[in-house]
Amino acid sequence: MYRYDQYDQAIVDARVDEFRDQTARRLAGHLTEDQFKPLRLKNGLYLQLHAYMLRVAVPYGTLNGTQMRMLGHIARTYDRGYGHFTTRQNIQYNWIKLEQAPDILADLATVEMHAIQTSGESIRNLSADQYAGAAADEICDPRPWAELIRQATTFHPEFSYLPRKFKIAVIAADEDRIAMRLHDIGLRLVTNDAGELGFEVYIGGGMGRTPFVAPLIRPFLPADNLFSYIEAALRVWNRWARRDNIHKQRIKILVHEMGEEEFRRQVEEEWQAILANASDFPRKELDRIATYFAPPPFETGLVDEIDRTDPDFALWVDQNVKAHKAPGYTIVNISLKPANGIPGDITADQIDLVADLAERYSFDDVRSTHAQNLVLPHVRKADLYAVWQALAASGLAEANLDLVSDIIACPGLDYCSLANARSIPIGQKIAARFADPVRQRDLGELKIKISGCINACGHHHAGHIGILGVDRKGTENYQLLLGGSGAEDASLGRITGPGFDENGIVDAVEKATNVYLAQRQDGERFLDTYRRIGIDAFKEAIYG
Amino acid sequence: MKILTGNDLATGDVIWWTGTGWSIHVDDAVDVGDKGDDIGSSEAAARRVNSQYVIDAVQNGREIRPAHIKDRIRALGPTVRLDLSLKPADPTVGNWVI
Repeated sequence: MYRYDQYDQAIVDARVDEFRDQTARRLAGHLTEDQFKPLRLKNGLYLQLHAYMLRVAVPYGTLNGTQMRMLGHIARTYDRGYGHFTTRQNIQYNWIKLEQAPDILADLATVEMHAIQTSGESIRNLSADQYAGAAADEICDPRPWAELIRQATTFHPEFSYLPRKFKIAVIAADEDRIAMRLHDIGLRLVTNDAGELGFEVYIGGGMGRTPFVAPLIRPFLPADNLFSYIEAALRVWNRWARRDNIHKQRIKILVHEMGEEEFRRQVEEEWQAILANASDFPRKELDRIATYFAPPPFETGLVDEIDRTDPDFALWVDQNVKAHKAPGYTIVNISLKPANGIPGDITADQIDLVADLAERYSFDDVRSTHAQNLVLPHVRKADLYAVWQALAASGLAEANLDLVSDIIACPGLDYCSLANARSIPIGQKIAARFADPVRQRDLGELKIKISGCINACGHHHAGHIGILGVDRKGTENYQLLLGGSGAEDASLGRITGPGFDENGIVDAVEKATNVYLAQRQDGERFLDTYRRIGIDAFKEAIYG
Repeated sequence: MKILTGNDLATGDVIWWTGTGWSIHVDDAVDVGDKGDDIGSSEAAARRVNSQYVIDAVQNGREIRPAHIKDRIRALGPTVRLDLSLKPADPTVGNWVI
């Protein structure tokens, strides 16, 4: 993984000192809240429903064991013994004291971590495929490119006061595991007919109040021109963005209102002007960064079989373990969705355990996913049983990856000051309704995503089944959406009709699955059946 | 009734105006009538509260309940982690919020 050089460390250390001073001035009354708020937000510190909340950046979802232990230390020392992995691969803490926030940032800096650009109108933490460097279907590791963009945009004055927040995702595989086309800019590494490396560039996706699947703006961008093209796109956005209307500030609105063709033309024009300045990073800089992401020393000649004698272990392998590009290795997904649990929550002790397992079995490598789970990306097949036993002993071996109980849910009204309704209890009730693991596996891949407000942190637009919590005259109400996808077949869900109360929405979800079970054809997932038969059959069953 | 709430500046704790100071227990709140904004501004200037605002609430005997669910959850704690709430031993606490 990337390691800080002297400049990275100096920048982060200086930021800690700066924030310590700002916090002291706020506590001493030298700064008002209006003055302090943008400063704390630039360091990931929100004021939420019950306390301050600190969002810590996990660049492209990659961590090592030392960093994980630090996250556990923070949960144990400064919070209430747990953290919460988010839908942007970050982790946040819900019970932070302002007076201790600078100490937390100082602790993070000792392990090359920070909370910079996890809030505010900036380029947020970049997303990347959680299987990067391990996936059998990738053409290369996308993380060096993500790191390059991170370095190029952090504190860049041109990108420090953007019209609105800006989210970038990078993948290098056919399978989209990070909802790439639902980002402001989605990048997919590809090769052209000449074998040259480049990017498919998608611009103008996003969820929130006005969701869009990003259109393909450039089918092939030479890889060496990545930064200049992003800069061109951001300049066009900066020029025309509706800074007068918060609901129309995102680049997706500009692309939609300007039209793909005109947006593409303007970006190309801007890009040509930038190219004349030769502002792209030299190849050697990417090569320098890429050395940090070199494959670990995989052993050869390993046993390629898995002993499936233990039936519970075999079920977990079938559901949570994925193919690795190196023979004898696998990718282990650690579900953070236990029965009656809170999606994404993890205790300090569990964090420590994952750190131990990463160091012992996965080349000191852990990943966080946008689905609020964790990954050990490089585990020998011969070690799988030991890993599973350790996870099971700590409540981390739920065999439900991508099943109905592997629910994405935002913190909702239980924690979030923006939310209109609770998300987590709805997820728990649905998971309880479908608790039978046999029933879950029979339903197959079914991605349920729940948001407690229109901001869509729970990705409800992209759920095979999406749920949106709204405030209806002071009471919680839940709208049901069907047919969304954040994968390579990206699509937006459609609202079925009138909303439901807390119990009604669970019944509605079950009715939708019953339609699927009755109508499915061989090999069809829920989403496939929905797309084949349309929404009406589902509406009839749900409202009829 | 109108009650005044906010967050403790240093700790972030949810707090309620008691007439003479602040409490983490909503039942200690007092009716501020039309004085809430003035009290809040004064207390914020004294750095004892942050992000203060006035809400509607209902008094039933010694119990005070914010009118809106969001403020009831603020008063209690997360409904999904009652062990972290202010009423971890109350089995009827779900009814309290909803």
